[in-house]
Amino acid sequence: MKHLQTIDGSDSWLTTKVQSLFEWAAKTARIDGVVNKAVNLSRANSLWPMPFGTACCAIEFMATAASRFDLARFGMERQAFSPRQSDVLICAGRLPFKLAPVIRRIYDQMPQPKWVISMGACASTGGIFDNYAMVQGIDTVVPVDVYVPGCPPRPEGLLYGILMLHKKIKGEDLFDSSLRDEQLLNDKGLRLPPEQIDEVSEPFGNSVHQFRSA
Amino acid sequence: MLQPYIPFLILLAFVILNAVGMLVLSHLFSPRRPTPVKLAPYESGMPPLGSAHERFSVKFYLVAMLFIVFDIETVFLIPWATIFFGSGSAGGPGMGFLLIEMLVFLVILAVGYVYVWKRGGFQWE
Repeated sequence: MKHLQTIDGSDSWLTTKVQSLFEWAAKTARIDGVVNKAVNLSRANSLWPMPFGTACCAIEFMATAASRFDLARFGMERQAFSPRQSDVLICAGRLPFKLAPVIRRIYDQMPQPKWVISMGACASTGGIFDNYAMVQGIDTVVPVDVYVPGCPPRPEGLLYGILMLHKKIKGEDLFDSSLRDEQLLNDKGLRLPPEQIDEVSEPFGNSVHQFRSA
Repeated sequence: MLQPYIPFLILLAFVILNAVGMLVLSHLFSPRRPTPVKLAPYESGMPPLGSAHERFSVKFYLVAMLFIVFDIETVFLIPWATIFFGSGSAGGPGMGFLLIEMLVFLVILAVGYVYVWKRGGFQWE
């Protein structure tokens, strides 16, 4: 849990001052609703996906991103392929226990605010892979915002899921900082702490514990 | 005299101000929530192994240089090939001339190729 705790004092004095001033000004001028709406609108319409494609759903995801269905219409102009500049993690495909620590690490490395779409039956519930080696729903590993059913879902299905995520983002409160917590709590969600995920994946040849040959 | 360049200078100033302003403002005002795992390098979700500043063999330098030679060859060959069969019709140089020209170029490169081969440039050890 230690490596999920925010390092203190990283915000400059000016930053915290300006943020609280901004919040205060917006609330006293009674324009916080408008500000909220504007920020959420821009957030929802400029989501950058971080695709985590492990199986056939990734093919459908590629089709969604390609010119026929064109994710760019929804502001998802750029596929991130790095957690640094991404907003929404799209897990496309089944997740074996072996990869559970990997997706958790990628999720933890994404900057806030971040959302997760679980694409397809396997990512959402384990799907046809009802066996010992598969995570039965990635919501045990990362918190999921939108589940897209299907095996695999058609691109329209994924687009519908993305539009639902837009709806969710537009309803969020900008000034509610608890929404941006790194979710250290294990009493609320279904998520396991990273150490436990690591432990669970150990018998399956945890790919995180690799070593480089000399 | 410099009158026509004023819009360009204004544009230049605006672009520089805009770029610097965006960097500085986001540096000053952006909220940061770094955690140790976020600050770690990204290696596809794996814990990073070793340093990113790793040394690699100087032999790759030779490979890169040789690549550039033959890359340039292709870069010249492709436009040459596209105009080759249409040549001569629009009053340009004829096919024979173009062929000789390209052969001269290829021979010069081939000399370099043979030289590198003889000196053992393609041997890794």
